[in-house]
Amino acid sequence: MMFNSNKINKTSLNSSSIIIYFFIFLWVFLAAFPFIWTFWGSFKVELDFFSIANWTNAITGENTKQTYGSPFTFVGYHGAWVQEEFWKAFINTSLVCFFVVFTSLTIGTLGAYALSRSNYKYTFWLLIMALIFRSMPPITLVAGYLPPFFEWNLWGTLPTTIIVLVSINQPFTLWMLHSFFQNIPKELDESAKVDGCSQYKAFGYVIVPVMWPGIITTGLFSFLLAYNDFAVTAMLLSDENRTMVPQIAAFLGTTYTEGNVMFAVAAVVSATVPLFILIMFFQTKIVSGLTQGAVKG
Amino acid sequence: MKHRTFFWFILPTFLAMFFFITLPIISVVIQSFHTPHDNILITVENCDPFGCKKVTSIDHEATKELKNEKPLGKFVGLDIYFDRGHLALEQVKQHWNNSENLLSFLSLISDLPFYKAIFFTLTFTFTVTPIMLFLGLLIALGVNAFNRKLKGLIIFFSLLPMIVTPLIGSIILFWMIDSRGIVGNFLQIMFENPNLSLKASTSLTWVTLIVYGVWHAIPFSFIVFYAGLQTLPKDQIESAQIDGANTFQQTIHIIIPHIMPLITFVTLMQLMDNFRVFEPIIGFNAEAHATSLSWIIFNDLGGETRQLSAAATSSILTIIGIIILLLPVLIKTWREFDFKK
Amino acid sequence: MKLLLIKVFSILFFLVSSSAFACSISARVSIVGNEFPAIQTVGAGAKECKGAKVTANLTADHQKINVAGMSSKPAEYTTAIVANTSIVALLNNDLIRPLDDLVNKHGKDLKKNQLITIDGKIMAVAFMANAQHLVYRKDILKKLNIDVPKTYEEMLAAAKKIRASGLVKNPVGGAYKAGWNLAQEFNNMFIGYGGSHFKGNSAEPNVNSDAGVKALKMMKSLSEYMNPDFLTHDSNATNAEFRAGNVAIMNMWGSRAATLVDADGVSMEVKNGMDIAGPMTVGGGKTPASTLFWDGWTVAKKISDEEAEATFIAMTNAIRPSILDNEDIRKQAVWLIEGYKPTDAARGVFAAAKMNTTPYPMLPYAGLMHSAIGKEISDFMQGKETADKTLSDIEDAYRASAKEKGFI
Repeated sequence: MMFNSNKINKTSLNSSSIIIYFFIFLWVFLAAFPFIWTFWGSFKVELDFFSIANWTNAITGENTKQTYGSPFTFVGYHGAWVQEEFWKAFINTSLVCFFVVFTSLTIGTLGAYALSRSNYKYTFWLLIMALIFRSMPPITLVAGYLPPFFEWNLWGTLPTTIIVLVSINQPFTLWMLHSFFQNIPKELDESAKVDGCSQYKAFGYVIVPVMWPGIITTGLFSFLLAYNDFAVTAMLLSDENRTMVPQIAAFLGTTYTEGNVMFAVAAVVSATVPLFILIMFFQTKIVSGLTQGAVKG
Repeated sequence: MKHRTFFWFILPTFLAMFFFITLPIISVVIQSFHTPHDNILITVENCDPFGCKKVTSIDHEATKELKNEKPLGKFVGLDIYFDRGHLALEQVKQHWNNSENLLSFLSLISDLPFYKAIFFTLTFTFTVTPIMLFLGLLIALGVNAFNRKLKGLIIFFSLLPMIVTPLIGSIILFWMIDSRGIVGNFLQIMFENPNLSLKASTSLTWVTLIVYGVWHAIPFSFIVFYAGLQTLPKDQIESAQIDGANTFQQTIHIIIPHIMPLITFVTLMQLMDNFRVFEPIIGFNAEAHATSLSWIIFNDLGGETRQLSAAATSSILTIIGIIILLLPVLIKTWREFDFKK
Repeated sequence: MKLLLIKVFSILFFLVSSSAFACSISARVSIVGNEFPAIQTVGAGAKECKGAKVTANLTADHQKINVAGMSSKPAEYTTAIVANTSIVALLNNDLIRPLDDLVNKHGKDLKKNQLITIDGKIMAVAFMANAQHLVYRKDILKKLNIDVPKTYEEMLAAAKKIRASGLVKNPVGGAYKAGWNLAQEFNNMFIGYGGSHFKGNSAEPNVNSDAGVKALKMMKSLSEYMNPDFLTHDSNATNAEFRAGNVAIMNMWGSRAATLVDADGVSMEVKNGMDIAGPMTVGGGKTPASTLFWDGWTVAKKISDEEAEATFIAMTNAIRPSILDNEDIRKQAVWLIEGYKPTDAARGVFAAAKMNTTPYPMLPYAGLMHSAIGKEISDFMQGKETADKTLSDIEDAYRASAKEKGFI
């Protein structure tokens, strides 16, 4: 390890480590501040959150106090979860994320393994093609899906959206997993084959177990892509199948009509909770997954 | 690996990409060479709650046969590629002849939608990518030096910019940087200019978008580099320390070469994503000051009359742009690829 | 909050109780449309019908999916709720059917002016109207002894006085966000100065004219009294400024007037001070600098006649006169339904209709012009270009897209 923690502790008074500490805290502050601000503001009324009159209202909650007698209110949360039934969107998102991650990883692992264990010319071109596929703007792709999906009555359902999300994100998944596989010595397959395993068995029993950390890391990125997606879900899901992000966008209103920004803010804050738990849970796995040698191209 | 085994392993992912990316790309390419048939316009009387009047309408009967015969529309070759909304060859030629020097030429063509978008996109790509690589590395090095207990928490907070839905994240930041928001107020006090507004001027909007782009992308490079640092060979560092190398020298000579493959990977993905910059422009309502190719596509598809051919052409131009941008990296990959002899 | 819930429940209860008027259909009905409250009401009204499945997909992205959703065979959506801006896409692609037979058979409750006819054929049934008009703070105007502005020139003069008085720093509001909103404001002003977007009945652009220059100059003068960030302010942001007391006069959508100051935390001063009036004229013209909009429903072409009939019955049921018995529904929009008595908030739109405001043109290429204006006009508003240059840019941009779509 480079900046070994022991070493820093020993020389904790030197100026360079103070700079490092300062720099990291500055970054953490910059990264977290907007979120903390949002969290605090989600218990206020809109006029305080967007405190046009005086920005300190966002902290003290002047208008919230006037309206509800206390600087905190759960109106945004109640509106989003009870009145607008945000839990439905929450369930839809959970379904989409689960199946996207599961499918992406299954077919991605198979494909990436093959790509890393073959070195014919077509392997290279397949990887490059995948990269070029990724450069296609997703909005164009989605606009192209609409006519056939309507024609075949596939539009609006969760499975269609899941398959589209998996496919669109396959290039990224392939590249990332491919880099992981590159780091697993090929001798491992060979020795398994010597022991009488077929390539399939070698993959299933020998390679996959070694790959777990890498798979989890890639899974995290697939999860985030599915979870945060707006372009695909907004266009391909009917309103009863909406996931969280398009539902939040719907709270915001349009040119002709008033939205309810506080519902959106409360929904965003509550949507982050499962992610908080997830990251805390997988945090060590993620890091050790990347430690495996990870995305070394 | 045998061709046969390879085939079965790659089949599912290949099918998914073939049906949902390859086929659409082919249809988009075809679309970009075609336009709808010329409409036959007729004048008809039109009544609504506010009265009747004569208006122009499309005569569908007149073009029905033509449409059935050629459902793709009229073949126009590269016409759309060269029209004013895209490469604008004619206008560019004109501006070239009319301008005395390169600078005035550039300012003339920056009024054309495609070039306007390209100028911003390239500025964005070539500022955000290096800055996020540099800061991501710096943070990774810093966090690596922290003691164990704090690391988990710091990693979580560092990931927040990437986790919070960009749709809402940018709306909230957009408000914070308003001249009456907390950040806007802070900047006004700092620069002692009570009229300072980040949203009113083009250059400040660009700065804002770039800062946001960096902020949003740092977690990606940070987490990847941080992982790379964990695999650093200890003995190399130790021998460097014995040789009296300082921290800076160690970073340059040992750490950077070690994580070079990671830097390539992040650069590749970031160049691509930044070239397609879209969400911040929408989120920050920055259309008046900054546009990108993705935004042009969104605009063409989102209007009351959807311009499919124009959007298809812009999409193909985006792909071509990205290929040009990635070419150096692709060539490098080609050279390093371990081909079967 | 509780009030809102009670409102929602009372609407639901009302809808349930009133469905005693039997509405029975024998084929599927599937609706696509925007998602604002009035359209939600219409969707719920259609769902009262029994006998077959009624589904509604109400989303802000309806314009992006309705063409594709009505092009398949059979069409996924049997009806699309559209406005006079968005019906054009359906007409251009020949996706909706004439309704004359169905109106004769089932449409006895519909008023004649609800029927949108094109070339003598009924193509849509309108149920609500909308227009932009003046919204102002009567307390501020009174304090400074200013009459309610009737023209944009008076609005400018009022803005000058209000700023000078120090009551409000940036007294003028407007949805001047670059893109669709800003282009809409230009359209209003351009029509107000007597301009017409196209040459005669052709698709040739005609904005590069005297009226165009004047319209741009007026917008620029107004913007000097706006918040300096005006190019990022859509109608949501503009209304927020009004609620916070930072705007004293603005041109705003009629559909927003009823609930403009309802939000939690709006000061009594703003609540009591808000008032509305008809749209303003400009440059001595008689036609107001505003445009009229209607929202209505259509019936898809690529569906069976049974489905079309069921759709017509369900949608007519959704906009039957008796829905107006509920006060909350009455307030949701300026309804065009028989028996509607304008609420206080509807005065502005009614005044607009009475003043012979120009309806938004239902031309096949109007949307292209709107996009072209939206793309090019912000350069002028920022002072980067002259008015002439911007107008010729608009025409060039429009020509490129009109050529692509086969109009010129």
